[in-house]
Amino acid sequence: MYSQGLLKQDTAAVESEEFLAAFQDRIDAEEKIEPNDRMPAAYRKTLVRQIGQHAHSEIVGMLPEGNWITRAPTLKRKAALLAKVQDEGGHGLYLYAAAETLGVSREKMTGELLAGTAKYSSIFNYPTLSWADIGAIGWLVDGAAIMNQIPLCRCSYGPYARAMIRICREESFHQRQGFEIMTRLSQGSSEQKSMAQDALDRWWWPSLMMFGPHDAASRHSEQSMKWKIKRFTNDSLRQKFIDAIVPQAEYLQLKIPDPELKWDPERNDGAGGYAHGPIDWDEFRRVLKGQGPMARERLRARREAWETGAWVREAALAHADKRDRQRAQVA
Amino acid sequence: MGCAAFARALLELADDHLILGHRLSECCGHAPILEEDLAMPNLALDLIGRARELYSRAGEVEGLGRSEDEFAYLRSEREFLNCLLVERPNRDFAHIMLRQFYFSNFMELYWLRAADSRDATVRGAAAKSVNEMKYHIRHSGEWIVRLGDGTGESARRAAEAVGELQFYIDELFIPSASAEICFETGLLPDRRSMREEWDQRVERVFTMAKLDFPEPVPALTGGRTGRHDECLGHLLAEMQHLQRVYPGAEW
Ligand SMILES: [Fe+2]
Ligand SMILES: [Fe+2]
Repeated sequence: MYSQGLLKQDTAAVESEEFLAAFQDRIDAEEKIEPNDRMPAAYRKTLVRQIGQHAHSEIVGMLPEGNWITRAPTLKRKAALLAKVQDEGGHGLYLYAAAETLGVSREKMTGELLAGTAKYSSIFNYPTLSWADIGAIGWLVDGAAIMNQIPLCRCSYGPYARAMIRICREESFHQRQGFEIMTRLSQGSSEQKSMAQDALDRWWWPSLMMFGPHDAASRHSEQSMKWKIKRFTNDSLRQKFIDAIVPQAEYLQLKIPDPELKWDPERNDGAGGYAHGPIDWDEFRRVLKGQGPMARERLRARREAWETGAWVREAALAHADKRDRQRAQVA
Repeated sequence: MGCAAFARALLELADDHLILGHRLSECCGHAPILEEDLAMPNLALDLIGRARELYSRAGEVEGLGRSEDEFAYLRSEREFLNCLLVERPNRDFAHIMLRQFYFSNFMELYWLRAADSRDATVRGAAAKSVNEMKYHIRHSGEWIVRLGDGTGESARRAAEAVGELQFYIDELFIPSASAEICFETGLLPDRRSMREEWDQRVERVFTMAKLDFPEPVPALTGGRTGRHDECLGHLLAEMQHLQRVYPGAEW
């Protein structure tokens, strides 16, 4: 109820020029916007969409890695992977909580995810086919997530920024762990080496897609930058990621599956950086729209968990209700 | 003889922890609510962590240089010595929580008595485990009460779980020949001595949950001699997959 009230408050309010200018001044002064502050409806809407998608990605992201928990090759790896997947669930929880401060309930967001109307990161619609995928996901997917998320620690919306600080600390741990798995494989038997190469071959391009469309094609970028929800463009973050990963792949003696990848001294304002071949945006759109290899399976798994768990949630509510009534009688 | 018995009794304990931890890990990402997707891995991590410590100690005592992973990944179904309760499949959330409730109540009592073991590793494990088991008991016990005294469906499912798991209770309290030797030599506590208190604890929570205490039934046993249910073979086939396909590889 409270949350719906908040949403109405904005839309009902006339967003005068002065109000919008004063809001932008606060943003420009690097002030944090807090839940009870008045904010433009579009600012709220952008954040709800972005934080919601981010939360859903963490939750759906539990599935591809969860696929290997029961098959992890050593007890140490099993414990580490279980803890990692648990962390991702925790990230989902903080992010839903951050979104709730903007007036949308977790139930509503979950409903949208299950109905297939909310987006989540397309990367999780790819299958995990070998143990090396667990390494590659940590190295590349968590690696890309960090590039995207470190600037979000300075996001203008306070609760989101604070959630990101906590999350980033864990993501960088995940990345180190993933790289360590890849290191072990690349120093292992020939079968393990080709497992690692195959994983890089399959995860490389989807990881680059995690940064979103090219700047020229990105719908929400400009306004988000102005509001300091975003601090860097998609392409500049992608460049940073590639520049960081290429030497790591060399260290692992793995080949990045891009024949056009080469050093370009002009990049990064003349400091140099890697140029890459064209990204298959058709594939990106297909996968994002749920036409990827595992998309239907991911949603089916989420729905199944939700539906088979309904009786448990109902029981918890019914029990709490009974207890409240008993307490009321005693009092 | 003493060493062999101690190593074997440690493996029984370690297998109990690993197999139950593995069963819980199967649920990761599929829990009825997000909070439970965070709680169940905690339980699993406690159990797997304890299993690793116990396997390592078993390896030292056995003296053949076997590592935790060799015990976990390179033994066959007939060599696993866990009790049957912990391998029971995750039929539904009531089964999962009741299995946890039975096991953690047993283990807390066990570790409390293991605090004065002659073996330093066992004493160390006991000190850490008592607190962990308290948390497992609280978490699963609260769910037993919610489910037993929740809706008609949850009460029916809770009662079904009680009926299903009652066959596997007694085995917890039966010492193997190895465990018996370890009790006599002051290394491990007597499993039989936990029964009365365990019954009382379970009964207390069942009363709150409006559940009937399990009937005495002819116990199903065999775990301690490696005679399991069909379900364990599948669990091991999945768990041991990589180690079996790529023998000798390091991960
Ligand atoms: Fe995460
Ligand atoms: Fe992560």
